[in-house]
Amino acid sequence: MEHYSVAHPYFGVFLLFVMTFGAFMATTVVARLASRALSSKSSEKIKLSVYECGPEVSKQPNRLSPQFYLFALLFLLFDVEIVFMFPWAIDFKLLGWFGFAEMLLFILLLAIGFVYAWKKGALEWHNIK
Amino acid sequence: MDAYLIETVIKIVVILLLFSALAGFGTYFERKVLAFMQRRLGPMNVGPYGVLQIAADGIKLFTKEDLIPQGVVPAIFKIAPVITVATAFMAAAAIPFMPEFTAFGYTVKPIIADINVGILYVIGVMGVGLYGPLLGGMASANKFALISTARAAAVFISYEVVTGLSLLAPLMMVGSLSLIDINNFQAGGFTHWMIWSQPIAFVLFLIAAFAETGRTPFHLIANDHELIDGFGTEYSGMRWGLFFIGEYANMFFISWVIALVFLGGFGDGSVLGALALFLKVSFFFFFFLWTRAAWPDVRPDQLMMLCWKILMPIAVVNIVITGIVMMF
Repeated sequence: MEHYSVAHPYFGVFLLFVMTFGAFMATTVVARLASRALSSKSSEKIKLSVYECGPEVSKQPNRLSPQFYLFALLFLLFDVEIVFMFPWAIDFKLLGWFGFAEMLLFILLLAIGFVYAWKKGALEWHNIK
Repeated sequence: MDAYLIETVIKIVVILLLFSALAGFGTYFERKVLAFMQRRLGPMNVGPYGVLQIAADGIKLFTKEDLIPQGVVPAIFKIAPVITVATAFMAAAAIPFMPEFTAFGYTVKPIIADINVGILYVIGVMGVGLYGPLLGGMASANKFALISTARAAAVFISYEVVTGLSLLAPLMMVGSLSLIDINNFQAGGFTHWMIWSQPIAFVLFLIAAFAETGRTPFHLIANDHELIDGFGTEYSGMRWGLFFIGEYANMFFISWVIALVFLGGFGDGSVLGALALFLKVSFFFFFFLWTRAAWPDVRPDQLMMLCWKILMPIAVVNIVITGIVMMF
């Protein structure tokens, strides 16, 4: 299969973006209209309450284990690494030994950071108690 | 330009309709496969062999009462399922679904946008898909939804690292990000498939695909017995259905990517190649369901350990080995 030769290849992406959001927004609107016309409604007040058992929370406290934030930080570190590695991988044959040695050095530096995070226990799932 | 515009619109409409239907059929297929593996019959009552169960489920979802539970942030609550399903479908833009064919004297290439960063775009858009569960869970005032959201964020971003690193080794060999080029690289036939030269990358990407779609060994986001339905707990009706369509569409598209990158795709582009591609995609979709029937879930901490301590170092070593082998 050959490549397209169009001036603006990203136009298809934009069109898909507009059309998917439009189509699925329309789906929810149609669902709302259909349910308004057809569904059986009950006037029970409690049905709108939070789907939990026991005493109801008045407000969601939004409190989470700090472990999740640590993983987010690690992700930032390593995903930026991958962003740098993609262009290198594409031009790998072109760059030759120079590029390979550079990337080995880069991976080594990140490996030091990774080992540090590991030894510090950032990858362990800590008990909250 | 006009012909191109009309062609693109037709392709988008076909893909939207086809994959929405396939996602519906996927739920039926999943119930049947799981039932047969447990020596049951699955849905049998609606239509022959229960085929019309999809239609029954669709009608039910559309006619449910449209509920906005108390304590939610309505605007975000309403947009979250749309983001999930729309980002799932947007990943389709850079995927060549089959070889080009001629219809009415007009050569059609079944790819919506032939962009030169194809696979990077697919990974990126699937990464944006995180915002669906994230916003949906944070907007609803439910503890289980919040825990599910935190897990979804941790799992998705962690496994994005593995996805990217495992794909780097094949990309070094191909030298292009376009899925068409990756497919053409393996056009030589069975022995040229990427899976033979990059078996480790294949296994890593497959494991990451299970985590990115949230399928069973890593189905912690909406783990039924501890988190009710996770971020979808407060949802009902078609909004909940959109989460479901998004999940199944994601499974189909990631199966397509695996088949294109590692299993030779459609090869040289003959009719036989197209059929082979459909068979490969069907196998991977079946593999998702098969795994669900065969494996229990892992614990969240095990899942994160697997990602950071095992898969990521292996992926980096795989890249270095690929580099050394390619230089000599």
